[in-house]
Amino acid sequence: MLQINPIRKVYDVCIIGSGAGGGTAAKVLTEGGLNVAMLEAGPRLNPDKDFKEHVWPYQLAHRGAGVAAKGRLEFNNEFLAPNGFWEIEGEPYTTAPGTKFRWFRSRIEGGRTNHYGRISLRFGPADFRARSRDGMGDDWPIAYEELAPYYDKVESFIGVYGTKENFPNAPDGIFQPPPHPRCTETLIKKACDRLNIACIPSRMAILTQPLNGRDACHYCAQCGRGCKSASNFSSSQVMIPPATATGRFTMIANAMARELVVDKTGKVESVSYIDKSTGAEQRAYARAFVVAASACESARLLLNSRSSLFPNGLANSSGVVGRYLTDSVGSDLAGYFPQLENFPVHNHDGAGGMHMYMPWWLFGKKNDFLRGYHIEFGGGRNLPSVGQFDGVNAEHEGYGLSLKQQTRTSYGAVIGFSGRGEMIPNDKSFCDLDPTVVDRWGIPVLRFHWQWGENEIKMAQHMRETFRSIIETAGGRVMGGTRRHPLPAGAPQSAEASLSEPGAIIHELGTVRMGNNPKTSALNRNCQAHDVKNLFVADAAPFVTNPDKNPTLTITALAWRTSEYLIDQAKKGEV
Amino acid sequence: MSIDSVSRRSVLKSITLGAAAGSVLSVIPLQAAEHIHNMIESEKADAPVGLYTPKFFNAHDYQTLQSLCETILPADADSGGAIEAGAPEFIDLLTRENPDYQSRLGGGIQWLDAECTRRYGKPYLDAAPDQQKQILDLIAYRKNAGADPSLAPAVDFFAFLRNLVSDGYFTSKIGIKYLGYKGNTFRLDFPGCPPVPGV
Repeated sequence: MLQINPIRKVYDVCIIGSGAGGGTAAKVLTEGGLNVAMLEAGPRLNPDKDFKEHVWPYQLAHRGAGVAAKGRLEFNNEFLAPNGFWEIEGEPYTTAPGTKFRWFRSRIEGGRTNHYGRISLRFGPADFRARSRDGMGDDWPIAYEELAPYYDKVESFIGVYGTKENFPNAPDGIFQPPPHPRCTETLIKKACDRLNIACIPSRMAILTQPLNGRDACHYCAQCGRGCKSASNFSSSQVMIPPATATGRFTMIANAMARELVVDKTGKVESVSYIDKSTGAEQRAYARAFVVAASACESARLLLNSRSSLFPNGLANSSGVVGRYLTDSVGSDLAGYFPQLENFPVHNHDGAGGMHMYMPWWLFGKKNDFLRGYHIEFGGGRNLPSVGQFDGVNAEHEGYGLSLKQQTRTSYGAVIGFSGRGEMIPNDKSFCDLDPTVVDRWGIPVLRFHWQWGENEIKMAQHMRETFRSIIETAGGRVMGGTRRHPLPAGAPQSAEASLSEPGAIIHELGTVRMGNNPKTSALNRNCQAHDVKNLFVADAAPFVTNPDKNPTLTITALAWRTSEYLIDQAKKGEV
Repeated sequence: MSIDSVSRRSVLKSITLGAAAGSVLSVIPLQAAEHIHNMIESEKADAPVGLYTPKFFNAHDYQTLQSLCETILPADADSGGAIEAGAPEFIDLLTRENPDYQSRLGGGIQWLDAECTRRYGKPYLDAAPDQQKQILDLIAYRKNAGADPSLAPAVDFFAFLRNLVSDGYFTSKIGIKYLGYKGNTFRLDFPGCPPVPGV
């Protein structure tokens, strides 16, 4: 007799995406006894081969600027951990006329957790009750207290440093001790004290003590390059290994998901994907699916999963998929501090990123805008890098010995400030499928639409006034340009320095939001699709608000909670 | 910090293992880290300074580029200059890969030679030192383009080149040492800001 169908492997769960959410789901689900397959659109990560940790700029012919100097002034310069892109060849996205949007995507095991700043701030109780408090946006279907135990679990497992502060709406977590402040931080904290602006140890997913076999930080300040000792958090080095250790985890790398395929009953049966190494179309079958491809990619996958049962895309009977897209409100300013000139030679590196930050210190006060922002800052005697000297060159001009000496005098005297604030969702900011453009595999691509609201514009102005007063109070003078590329005062300010380009802060989220009402939300309070019982979303797409707290910690906490719910449902035979 | 204290750190095992698949396990970790650096160095496989064959500029223009680089950031008692730092090679490499750089830098050098020929009857390299200084003083300051807008492209060229020379110089071994950057290493702890009056 002819064998019509070869026996096909059916996993308990298939996860799409290996970043913060997907990695957390993989760990929790496999440790909960489920067999899990994971699709990742990029290759496996090999830290020993892939990371440029401790490499000096002169060891690379391009000195960090990258081929054709394309990374000279970019976040994704040559040193960044692999496969994070602003543009991917063959995988375009489009913007509606008059719209700007930058979309940072990753194609590698671990996703953007390989690149992110490791800032780990819990959302506060008020952040889950936004509409109840000020009438704008919506409340989450869950309260802070429901997520708090999962923040505990995540922080205990991944390791986060910080201090107990009892600060309003910036909950304390389970913290390792913070590193000592750098000179730049000591200087700015004194000014903040005078201005009654809180400046406290930051909260970062970087180990200051060993944890679960991972070594403590060795203070090279290069978290963004990737850390061979896994002393900072990344999904690839912290979540995937324990999943692998269960023996119940299968990674399918170089797999670009095309669509989710439903059976006659309306449950997801498989995911159709392209094996990028062969170009062949493949399918992975599972009893449940966790989509964690990053907020916008997850929305894209659902919108592209159209069928007679779900003509508007999967989990989209409400029409909200792709809507409620937000990014953080960003604004930058740099200051020049003469007291840091000719500073004593010392090791200023520290752990990666800021050791101190300013949480939203006007919470509950009457302000001329809603919600709030936090301030990140850094500078000083960092490892010299390309583009860093454009400012002194523009100020000094000329050439010769005096230019050389002035560069040395001013080296380390610049401190940059970045505000990161809450955007309130609006109906002009969303993504949908471009009706005509497809990627190299014929998958329709996203088209972005964007408009900042009045509140965001006012907030960004407030940020800049605050930066100005901090810089001047600390004895500095305000520079022009941007934080990443400071120039002398009076140099033309790009519009992006005043208010960031949409998407540029890389906190885009909200596109498959959760809620109690199936008419106005795609997911229920457990991040399970209202329309499709065996479909879950585990990245930042479910978020209802985008408070001034970087999303990654909440992605992991929410994914942990969603995964425990999924295990529970699987045990009950409900999925 | 001493090598002994560092070698206690199991953190470095991963570096050691990654560097040479166990073959350097007996080597102290800092040496292993250095081994990685050396491997990358050898991958560069560039000819020694002086024997470098330009990838974009012709021989004359490359000599002009070298001269301009060294004039922008010269050697002094504290350190070598831009040529020793490899700035011309770095700029040549980027220029070969970037059409915008080709027109800005290639065009700038052409302008410089043409202007020197017009003024002094010879290209920049053959002009006398005080003539070279005269022309550079003209294009090294924005205010001169304000006074004479026809100079604007040349002023832009020089400002652009100056930025790239700084990139190449201050990311070099001698440039980093000149600035006094200390770090890019392994530490057991981070003591924070040293005691300095005023901070």
